[in-house]
Amino acid sequence: MIQSLEELQQVAQEKIEKQKSFTQELRVCIGSSCASLGSNELQKELSQHVKENDSKKNLRIKGVGCNGLCSCAIMITNFDKETQTEKLYEKITSEDVSTITNCIHDSNALPEKVCDMHSSFFTKQKKIVLENAGVIDPDDIEDYIAHDGYLALFTVLEEFSPADVIEQIKISGLRGRGGGGYPTGLKWESVLKVESAQKYIVCNGDEGDPGAFMDRAVMEADPHKIIEGMAIAGYACGASKGFIYVRAEYPVAVEKLNRALKQARRLGILGTKIANTGFDFDIEIRLGGGAFVCGEGTALISSIEGNRGNPRQKPPHLSDHGLWESPTVLNNVETFANIAPIIRNGGEWYKSIGTPTSSGTKVFALTGHIKNAGLVEVPMGISLQELIYEVGGGLPEGVTLKAIQTGGPSGGCIPKELLDTKVDYESFKEIGSIIGSGGLIVMDESSNMVEVARFFMDFCKSESCGKCVPCRVGTTELTLLLDKFVDKKATKSDYELLKSLCEVVKNSSLCGLGQTAPNPVLSTIKYFEEEYLEGICND
Amino acid sequence: MTTLSDDRYKMVEKTMKKLSYDRSALIETLHCAQETFGYLENDTLKFIARRLKLPYSKVYGVATFYHFFRLKPKGKHTIVVCMGTACYIKHANIILKKMEERFNVKVGETTADGELSLVSARCVGSCSLAPIAIYDNKSIGHLSIEQSICEAQELLK
Repeated sequence: MIQSLEELQQVAQEKIEKQKSFTQELRVCIGSSCASLGSNELQKELSQHVKENDSKKNLRIKGVGCNGLCSCAIMITNFDKETQTEKLYEKITSEDVSTITNCIHDSNALPEKVCDMHSSFFTKQKKIVLENAGVIDPDDIEDYIAHDGYLALFTVLEEFSPADVIEQIKISGLRGRGGGGYPTGLKWESVLKVESAQKYIVCNGDEGDPGAFMDRAVMEADPHKIIEGMAIAGYACGASKGFIYVRAEYPVAVEKLNRALKQARRLGILGTKIANTGFDFDIEIRLGGGAFVCGEGTALISSIEGNRGNPRQKPPHLSDHGLWESPTVLNNVETFANIAPIIRNGGEWYKSIGTPTSSGTKVFALTGHIKNAGLVEVPMGISLQELIYEVGGGLPEGVTLKAIQTGGPSGGCIPKELLDTKVDYESFKEIGSIIGSGGLIVMDESSNMVEVARFFMDFCKSESCGKCVPCRVGTTELTLLLDKFVDKKATKSDYELLKSLCEVVKNSSLCGLGQTAPNPVLSTIKYFEEEYLEGICND
Repeated sequence: MTTLSDDRYKMVEKTMKKLSYDRSALIETLHCAQETFGYLENDTLKFIARRLKLPYSKVYGVATFYHFFRLKPKGKHTIVVCMGTACYIKHANIILKKMEERFNVKVGETTADGELSLVSARCVGSCSLAPIAIYDNKSIGHLSIEQSICEAQELLK
């Protein structure tokens, strides 16, 4: 049991001592892309090989979370403790097992698979949320503690009042990373102000956007960071109970979180009288059932309560009437993952990164026609140009950029002419898209924008919960209309109807799903109108 | 009628007990039941309704709301084709269509001989390997249309 900040630091120190006998560490990425190419088996093979051949016993094999460059899976990092340097190897297969273990003696081994760590993919990133991804073993709480884990929680419990915590979060300027962009500090403050015997902290891990896997990577790579963020939120708002709502389609994330929760309870980091204070906090996991609408706050709450995930009218807001009618803080995985670093380094430090209105960093899942497909974390305010061409390495040879889709089914398509746009909440909104949760899909010239719009509308149609008419009927009618444009059988009046129906659905739907469903259509009409006009037959 | 003597029902019972037979335990219980039985049969739903003191309509309503729950048994093999945006723009829709044609099965359904269930997923989170499909437990990325069919035939052998 860890009962004070001092004891926590002792545990960290012991872990560092314990690991001193290993001078070299081979970190095998077991993130989703690497795992689907067999990195778990590769890790076992490596361990076996080292057991049989490494007489000095100074090499450690460790499974770590996603380190980002998924297009080069399987990734292995060789970390040299003495020089504190990393060397990254890409596209490793089981054939490389014996050679890669040799690389600790011979730094020139496998030259063709060494990754250039000085490329913009690495240098342009700023890792806060993902600071431990690819570094620590997510199954080992002590490894997390040795990397300043739970330092923020214990500092808060010993030295901060709840109002102090909220003050730091407010100073930091952190905004909700799930897509809404509501200031986190204000959200917490409104829950703190409500008097109630029971309050809840809920973490939204129901990542539903097709083409987005940021939260999954964080949950799998660094589960303790989410737990720490939630516990700090619990202390700041006066809540003693938390829930993490995770997609059932993410079994690995569920497993990692469950193990992390058990470890935290065992060390007294969750439970009653944490750090010998009067603060009690524990977390339970609830599985989602694959309903996109459950990303909407009130629907998610309804789902945790065991009901169909139907949203309801707001207000009352969750900060007054949330889970079981109690005041509730609902934040996204990435938001919670930002909390501990903010407390450790101070709100001012976080504020200094990014732009005045959108501070900090944002994690993006770069996919589509892009060289460095994978997971990246960049400071807000970076331009799309830099994000796509420098961090992302541009498009593969022979294809040219047409548009960038952001924000999933609630977002829009940004044409290549607007590549100078800065990545922040306001700039994206101005051009008719949203940052959303962070899915970013690069589309080449072969992509048909009307088809893309239909794809998202079809998605919203099947995900509409059916409670309100504008969304239930509207998304169906819009899909049918878009079908006509794709088949080039639309009329001029269909085009007028399409535009006016989009406005109706946008303005009269009950929740965010319906209100934003027309966005992909509206933004493609705005920037690629000629493709719609081509869908109109003249006779 | 279902009886508690079936060990599988004991698993489901355990989940409900852990959550104090509260009505909010419904979704967790359905997850456990599906994992134990493979799918959610009517009798299972009725059993859960009785034990949680909920109307059957409510249990059925919840079970049909969420895509994750299956009310029909799965085939011997399952192929999940990812239809996330990254896969879609790399033509996952064509892969899915070809599979439907080749194996004479609609997405979300099982072949008449019970050999193959064809499923589409919203996103399996391996976007950098797009287009990707999961053959039973094996994920195969960067699929071409021909390869996607070949792998399926291999699976069914």
